[in-house]
Amino acid sequence: MALLEVKDLGIQFGGLKAVDGFHMEIGDNELIGLIGPNGAGKTTVFNMLTGVYQPTDGEILFDGSSISGLTTYEVTKKHMARTFQNIRLYKEMSVSDNIKTSCSVRRKYSLIDAIFHTGKYYKVEQENEEQVQKLLKMFGLEDKADLLAKNLPYGDQRRLEIARALATEPKLLLLDEPAAGMNPQETEDLAVFIKWIKDEFKISILLIEHDMKLVMGICEKITVLNFGKIIAEGTPKEIQNNPQVIEAYIGRKK
Amino acid sequence: MQKNMKKGIIKIVIVVLVFILAKFLIREGIIGAYTERIIITVGINIILALSLNLIIGYTGQLALGHAAFMAVGAYVSAIFTTKLNLPFVPAIILGAVAGGAAGFLIGWPILRLKGDYLAICTLGFGEIVKVLIQNIEYVGAARGFSGIKLFTTFGWIFLFTVLAYILIKRVVNSVYGRDMRAVSQDEIAAEAMGVNAFRAKLLGFIIGCAMAAFAGGLYAHYLMFIDPVSFDFNKSTEILTFVVLGGIGSTSGSVAGAVILTVLPEALRGFGDFIKTYRMLIYSIMIVILMIFRPQGIMGNRELSLQNLMKKGNTFNIKGGEKDGIA
Repeated sequence: MALLEVKDLGIQFGGLKAVDGFHMEIGDNELIGLIGPNGAGKTTVFNMLTGVYQPTDGEILFDGSSISGLTTYEVTKKHMARTFQNIRLYKEMSVSDNIKTSCSVRRKYSLIDAIFHTGKYYKVEQENEEQVQKLLKMFGLEDKADLLAKNLPYGDQRRLEIARALATEPKLLLLDEPAAGMNPQETEDLAVFIKWIKDEFKISILLIEHDMKLVMGICEKITVLNFGKIIAEGTPKEIQNNPQVIEAYIGRKK
Repeated sequence: MQKNMKKGIIKIVIVVLVFILAKFLIREGIIGAYTERIIITVGINIILALSLNLIIGYTGQLALGHAAFMAVGAYVSAIFTTKLNLPFVPAIILGAVAGGAAGFLIGWPILRLKGDYLAICTLGFGEIVKVLIQNIEYVGAARGFSGIKLFTTFGWIFLFTVLAYILIKRVVNSVYGRDMRAVSQDEIAAEAMGVNAFRAKLLGFIIGCAMAAFAGGLYAHYLMFIDPVSFDFNKSTEILTFVVLGGIGSTSGSVAGAVILTVLPEALRGFGDFIKTYRMLIYSIMIVILMIFRPQGIMGNRELSLQNLMKKGNTFNIKGGEKDGIA
């Protein structure tokens, strides 16, 4: 059974159908791309999957159960996590606290434990700390653990955001334009990095991206969206030669 | 864990030693009744500043009616001790519960919204409480509530201030405190990372309100007389000043703010005639000057702790960033 199954998803803002008849299937440990011109509705799809918007039509099945109608944090508890197009870190918190906050989704103690510092408090804090250290090391941020998130260089902020999302232990990770604002060299490194995450954490990734080279290079399957509707889906090769996609991106030949 | 135990024991020993020393000085008459009065006021103000800092500094919600929760605690506990003859400690605990309940009633509908709606709502609540008390004959209406027994001694204040500090420290250093800070900095991101933003904000608000009510109970049993006007908007502003001046989001800053702003006007009395006459003016000018040169407050959002003091200076600098404003 597929990890994520989206059927006939649609949302309407007033009279505007922002997304209509969207469908998608993601299996275990797959890397899928979602592309389309500006305003095609890609981020809207993300927002519907993660409960930010409530879809007006359709159904989302994730990990065997329906997640339509759940709030954002409930979706995260079901092992789906995301990053944002414009980085949204907790700017005034340290790098390690940024990640640690996500750990509490999986391991928590009661307020009583926190106030009386019971054994459970120490045990959970210890486990969270270990998890944070592990992620910091993997992402090469261990010597920046005590810096405030806002003081990190741009590339590190992007990586921290991914690390923070991974700390919620997702089975599906949604990346919203991770290469935005990166130069070609950084984008190339990012491609390797995303593939590495997929294999290392054994998770599925859904990637929204403008950068064609990145998407074509690493995605196994690609869905193309234009004006809220799917215009093509298939392997990178099929997409590259699809006349409708070429038209959507660069226009028609006269 | 052993290291924590050792540090904990050292802290307990220090606190107990300070207490014994202070008690000794009071008994020997070195600390006079006047100074003792100031110390008790400082203690109450520290608890108030800590409680408001949890709401403003950690959950990022602006609350402008904190004195109203203090009033709830003061009146409820005073009713229990004077009219129902309950002992002091259970009475102020019940006062705190009432304050927490009032916080829940306001927070439940308001904190679901994203934005600074709480500021307006608590402002309104402050007025409502004042007018309500002014019209309840049972607690003396506008004339005030008199005949409250003196229970709040130096010993109780010392104990409760230390406990309040520990409580706040432990809440903010737990997953709950981290959730609150995450929500205050980016509510959308926090929700996407699995934090129930509404619950985090509500929890911080309720704890803050209950603690303010607790301080109100201490206040009532110290002054032995309370009236509605002493819990008006001016009082709320005074508490807000402690927090802002100490540094929003810094627990030790709140303590510093409360101590300095309580002691300063009293200390100015000790100087010559000129300063004595204009002491409130000087006090205000000092606040203005401090805000111009250190808009982030005395401590910024840093913390003062044994660890930070022992570490070399530069780590202390890296760790603490400056916070720009309330939002």
